[in-house]
Amino acid sequence: MVDLIAKTPMNGFVPLKLGNVTLSEMAAGPITSISPFNDTGKDLSAALKAAHGMAVPAANRSTGKASARAIWFGREQFILMGCEAVQGLANYAALTDQSDGWTIVELKGAGAADVLARVTPLDLRSHVFKKGHTARSDLMHMASSITRTGDNTFLITVFRSMAGTLLHDLQRAMEGVASRG
Amino acid sequence: MRVAGKGQIDQSTPISFTFDGIQYRGFVGDTVASALLANDIRLMARSFKYHRPRGVLTAGSEEPNALMTVGRDGATDPNVRATVQEIYEGLELRSQNAWPSLEYDVMAVNDLASPFLGAGFYYKTFMWPRAFWERVYEPIIRRAAGLGALSGEKQSDKYERAYAHCDVLVIGAGPAGLMAALKAAKSGADVILADEDSVMGGRLNSETFEVDGQTGADWAAGIVEQMREMDNVRLMTRTTVSGVYDQGTFGALERVNHHTSVRDGKAPLETFWRIVAKQSILAAGAIERPIAFQNNDRPGIMTAGAVRSYLNRWGVAPGKAITIFANNDDAHRTAMDMLAAGVHVAAVIDSRFNVQALGDYTLIKGAYVCGTKGRKGLETITVRTSTGTQSISTDCLAMSGGWNPTVHLTCHMNGRPTWREDIASFVPTEGTIPNMTVAGACNGDFSTHACLRAGLEAATKAVTALGKTPGEIDAPQSEDTAYKMEPLWAVPGKGRAWVDFQNDVLVKDVKQAAVENFRSVEHMKRYTTQGMATDQGKNSNVTALALLADATGRGIPETGTTTFRPPYSPIAMAAFGAGAEGKGFAPERKTTSHMATIEDGAPMMEAGLWYRPSYFPIKGEKTWRQSCDREVGYVRNAVGVCDVSTLGKIDIQGPDAAELLDFVYTNMFSSLKVGRVRYGLMLREDGYVMDDGTTARLSGTHFVMTTTTAAAGAVMRHLEFATQVLRPELDVRLMSVTEQWAQFAVAGPQSRELLNGLLDQTLDNETWPFMACGDVSISGVKGRLFRISYSGEHAYEIAVPARYGDSLFRTLTAKTTEMAGGPYGVEALNVLRIEKGFITHAEIHGRVTAFDIGMGRMISAKKDCIGKTMAARDGLLDEGRERLMGFKPVGAVKQLTAGAHLYNEGDEATAELDKGYLTSVAFSPTLGHFMALGFVRGGPERLGDRLRMVDYMRQIETIVEVCDPVFFDPKGERTRG
Amino acid sequence: MRLSCPICGERDIREFYYQGADVALNRPAPDAGDDAWQDYVYLRDNQPGEHRDLWQHESGCGSWIVVSRNTVTHEVSGAKLAKEMKRAKA
Repeated sequence: MVDLIAKTPMNGFVPLKLGNVTLSEMAAGPITSISPFNDTGKDLSAALKAAHGMAVPAANRSTGKASARAIWFGREQFILMGCEAVQGLANYAALTDQSDGWTIVELKGAGAADVLARVTPLDLRSHVFKKGHTARSDLMHMASSITRTGDNTFLITVFRSMAGTLLHDLQRAMEGVASRG
Repeated sequence: MRVAGKGQIDQSTPISFTFDGIQYRGFVGDTVASALLANDIRLMARSFKYHRPRGVLTAGSEEPNALMTVGRDGATDPNVRATVQEIYEGLELRSQNAWPSLEYDVMAVNDLASPFLGAGFYYKTFMWPRAFWERVYEPIIRRAAGLGALSGEKQSDKYERAYAHCDVLVIGAGPAGLMAALKAAKSGADVILADEDSVMGGRLNSETFEVDGQTGADWAAGIVEQMREMDNVRLMTRTTVSGVYDQGTFGALERVNHHTSVRDGKAPLETFWRIVAKQSILAAGAIERPIAFQNNDRPGIMTAGAVRSYLNRWGVAPGKAITIFANNDDAHRTAMDMLAAGVHVAAVIDSRFNVQALGDYTLIKGAYVCGTKGRKGLETITVRTSTGTQSISTDCLAMSGGWNPTVHLTCHMNGRPTWREDIASFVPTEGTIPNMTVAGACNGDFSTHACLRAGLEAATKAVTALGKTPGEIDAPQSEDTAYKMEPLWAVPGKGRAWVDFQNDVLVKDVKQAAVENFRSVEHMKRYTTQGMATDQGKNSNVTALALLADATGRGIPETGTTTFRPPYSPIAMAAFGAGAEGKGFAPERKTTSHMATIEDGAPMMEAGLWYRPSYFPIKGEKTWRQSCDREVGYVRNAVGVCDVSTLGKIDIQGPDAAELLDFVYTNMFSSLKVGRVRYGLMLREDGYVMDDGTTARLSGTHFVMTTTTAAAGAVMRHLEFATQVLRPELDVRLMSVTEQWAQFAVAGPQSRELLNGLLDQTLDNETWPFMACGDVSISGVKGRLFRISYSGEHAYEIAVPARYGDSLFRTLTAKTTEMAGGPYGVEALNVLRIEKGFITHAEIHGRVTAFDIGMGRMISAKKDCIGKTMAARDGLLDEGRERLMGFKPVGAVKQLTAGAHLYNEGDEATAELDKGYLTSVAFSPTLGHFMALGFVRGGPERLGDRLRMVDYMRQIETIVEVCDPVFFDPKGERTRG
Repeated sequence: MRLSCPICGERDIREFYYQGADVALNRPAPDAGDDAWQDYVYLRDNQPGEHRDLWQHESGCGSWIVVSRNTVTHEVSGAKLAKEMKRAKA
């Protein structure tokens, strides 16, 4: 018998605080991608509500709360994060396990939006990109998902394999913002 | 020298800096120019071509003369304008374009030779012989070419890029910009106010006008303070909006730390902003133009507005006896301000007859300055009137030919400015930039009051367009004097009169261009070099084309302007590319086995963005080939493990999943049984091969496709295209699962034995035949197993959730090693596949068809697929095409090289006689010789033929024999065993 | 340059992948003949002025979209989901 040991994408990463912004790796729990099949939207919505207590998110929005969220993830697609998707959803949608596919970090602090302004072309002004809003966009040269989970808190995902580059790019941006005091 | 009681900067704490090694003192808020002038230093630079001694001409970013080099080594910043660079404690500046020193510059000999160095000199002189162009002339010209130089070292300063978004971008914070920004902000718009200066206020900081009973500077500071308190305003000083792009996108350079000594590698020196604005207001002001007259370039000759700036803002009198030469009323204020400061005004020379002195100074009407003396600093000027000439002693001549509105940004989207006769200059043409309003001096409004009013009107227009109600603000009280001027471009007479200071372009050069028929303003520019280099003609363009118009007998509007392009003022390449150097160049994709692989000492190679091990060296091995050969042996004789997670994995689900696969692959997938894997070939719509890979059927409606590492992104896009654009009726969903799974090839005769000691179930040939797939588990961890082989051996690929990848790789490495095998890298993987004749993108390089690689029969006749129709074109099925074959060396030289070309024996190795080329080459330790895959005309028809292989790049030639592309185990018995 | 994605709204150009003319919406039948296929795969007019191009919002929502824009004025006048346009045609 072998004992397989699990590692997170940023394996042992200690939260990085620069200026008033903190970067931490998140333990998001299970992640399932959910892509509704043709004409199953209503049934899926009801099933998701019944099983997980949250609505299917509209485009560029997220639903749920910190413990478990549904985050819109692209055309005809969202992810359920923080709880195991009930298998019944597979009647209405294509499900894939994505629990290991993503580097997930939280960027928190007064200057968090300023840090992101150095790596993504998104308009993240607080009255434009409000709490619960999400977007797929570039983060430097990486495809990413960015969700505002609080006034000054963002949930950021990029491919698992790019964890090192994410840290490099965010740290560089954080240093730039911190230097302005 | 400083003038007591003048200036707005804090003179309580001196700071010191050096220029060419000599220490000077100045104050916080000084620019290098103001500080040097305060120290009575007038000679600051040498000119580009004639190496003329030069001082400062202006007080702003348009400065053509006073260019210097800041810093050293990797932090060298050349061509820094002394009028822009603020001083800080310890700032080091060096003069440039002078040798051995600024005072005694050997190249000043060019000045004596100037009769021969006029416009077109280079074009006429360095023509023949042609062979001299690159070897003789270019080095000479390059050495002589002026301005500053980079250090040649790696950039050590940090640069940064960032994005910003707003409703209204206001460009320029003079009276018009301040009013516009305040009103837009008070109307509830998100406002960004950007100004290139360190202090907002524009000309208000340089003039003595009052606004609402305060000094202009105090009023401006008050408005800025008001906006600083507002959440919806972002104030950006030291920020030059450099370019206008489509859909309201602006480039802007912020000089974040040029005015400090902070160089810690974390704080950026500069930030290049991309600002997206729904509306913009251009309030960029105007630039005063010089007048061309003989020897008008001496240190001490400046624009009249600059002289007022030095006095009123920095408390510096640039001379002890000031003279003024102008064609307009505005310049007379320089005399008034100087008198008020107690500085001697020797005379005001005005080219107009109908003009009155504003105060107690000598006014010489209807007169010209027609000459100057003082090589390293102005000493006297010669003034000509209708009655004769006179000489006047002066160490500072303030000249003004009028003001040119700063129209540049309005022309960045191909707009052309409009000529306005009354101000003898160009103003922006309305509507050249969508959603931009122009206000103030840049629109030809030259009084303070007109600027304030225009700013308010622009804000009203912008916020109304945004659907907001304009806030109520009245224009403050301020001066509203009319701008009176009569055009004067150049003083008639002999001698050298400078039009373009930076490029040493003279009045006679512009005339010469016209004589030689370079009559188009664009041709004149290129022939004379007028308007090039760092100032881009900001001081000289209008004058040059007025002279050209005159010389060609056309009007100025007909003559037109050259094209204004971004950036407005120079931007370091480091700022444009900030963050994309080094590790920022591209993401690094690392597999879960990366750490373990590095610990094993394996050198990594790049495969797209991924990093993969080349080979795993062990003690005693001296070359990569030794390691590679050993690793090939692992797979052929025992068992090896290789991380194959980099291959693209696309999850395909839905009632129409099989139909989609039938459409994108040449062969059938709807007939594939659940629990089985099939090799698939994918074409582009033009019939050429796009990619290949295996696809596993996990259930009736669920497949997992693998793509090559290189094409994973392109294939995903292709599938999205097929499902959204070509076949939107298909009920099928795609999701990349590449990153979810860590996948390892376990290959070799002992692969099953290894897995049986690892998996929670037992494999045998009955339940797990070649091309089977299914779920497995390892100590309860659920994974997927595929019995597929890229080595031709009995092999599997095992996939587990990526969190276990590191652990599983270490386990597999240990287990293979116990079984006389071990990990293998991409080199061995490549040898193994070439031995089997398996293709990669070396073969399917975009110009080959299924027919070419011997897979023509894989295009199913029973169905349509992408690329099928075009692949059936006659020319693509010609037997004589270059087709895939194997090659082995039979000549004296036993080495083959990829990229080498093939010729018939006895033929010359020329392009016309080319018969094909080698794509993949390796030494096969299994066979004991080199082998190659490649393409040869006629393909199978040439089986057994001998060909010349010629590699001109590596100077290798040999004879090869054409053979079957499968070198090893052609029947595939080992795979199925 | 910015494009408006029908799903995500106005976004920076760098999020998009450019494909080319929207003729790809009109894939000929396999037996449509050489001329139809030649037109479909290779021939493009490329006149200055109004263009309808296929783009993918690749690092955004992944949608393939048809963008109407003017190559002379640089005005972008609209964008629609290719999937919906194609289905509307069917």
